[in-house]
Amino acid sequence: MLNALTLILACQLAGELVSAWGKLPVPGPVIGMVLLFIILMVRGGIPDNIAQTGDGLLKHLSLLFVPAGVGVMLHFRLLGQDWAAVAAALIVSTLVTIAVTGWVMAWLSGRGAPRDE
Amino acid sequence: MSDLRDIWVYLAASPLLHLTMTLAAFQAGSWVYERAGRHPLLNPVLIAVVLVVSMLLATGTSYADYFAGAQFVHFLLGPATVALAIPLYRQFERVRKSGLAIAVSILTGSLTAIGSALGVGWLMGASRDTLISLAPKSVTAPVAMGISEQLGGLPSLTAVLVILTGIVGAMLGPLVLNLIGVRDWAARGLAMGTASHGIGTARALQVSEVAGAFSGLAMGLNALAATILLWVVWQLLF
Repeated sequence: MLNALTLILACQLAGELVSAWGKLPVPGPVIGMVLLFIILMVRGGIPDNIAQTGDGLLKHLSLLFVPAGVGVMLHFRLLGQDWAAVAAALIVSTLVTIAVTGWVMAWLSGRGAPRDE
Repeated sequence: MSDLRDIWVYLAASPLLHLTMTLAAFQAGSWVYERAGRHPLLNPVLIAVVLVVSMLLATGTSYADYFAGAQFVHFLLGPATVALAIPLYRQFERVRKSGLAIAVSILTGSLTAIGSALGVGWLMGASRDTLISLAPKSVTAPVAMGISEQLGGLPSLTAVLVILTGIVGAMLGPLVLNLIGVRDWAARGLAMGTASHGIGTARALQVSEVAGAFSGLAMGLNALAATILLWVVWQLLF
């Protein structure tokens, strides 16, 4: 458990370093994800402790967005002025994006019909 | 009475209070969500945010004071993003087989997200600040904030719009996918991750490991695609 957490943090740290040094627009954690993926590929499997720690973190992924979401209270004034435009853009754009992406992927992989439930 | 006040002042200054508040609000949100048979409209993140904001406003607490405690939860976003490599590895065979389809779908989706957000916002008369902050709304929060800053938007507003986008996607995305008849878990996950990043991924992971892996992959690749596409769009528009 502890060494799994150390490995995950080390991947993130390495990712942050690569991102900062290379002045890359990709954030450290995403590069860290690629690093961990490469490590798993090299090992040819997921050690139990890494699977446990990682799945534990991901099980409550949505909780981790709450602090940033509460930041909405900083922008009540701006959101108040533009609320209709913001609401329309968020809802329309998000739903259209989901529909387009899902449809293109289903169409390209030729399995729009139910296959594996 | 003054004793009680002293205790309150002491607690409000320690990270413990707001950390506990965040967890309790999320537990309450999850409880409602489970009770309602996991109805997507009762999104636990949304419920938790509404509860916490109400409590902070009622007690006159600033966001900065709140965040001093809540940052410990916020911090875990980084390690959790790294951990998305695990479901991705488990599904790698499927990902490899449809590599080209994935790339084309995510690029199309990324362009749709940017174009439709700017288009609708502009038609509805949003201010320039709002428009710029809105453009990277489908990208995972840390990247979106960086993009917003580079383009001259308000990073903290972008963070909020990103979370709201995630909530909208998690709430309504599955209904839209049902409506247009996309039933394949890979396609559903890819759509959720491209449009609504980590919150969409969290929702996808709850339903299916395949959807979760594709969603996490889409979130990562969309961060890359949107960064490049927005840079190009900005060179053309401004």
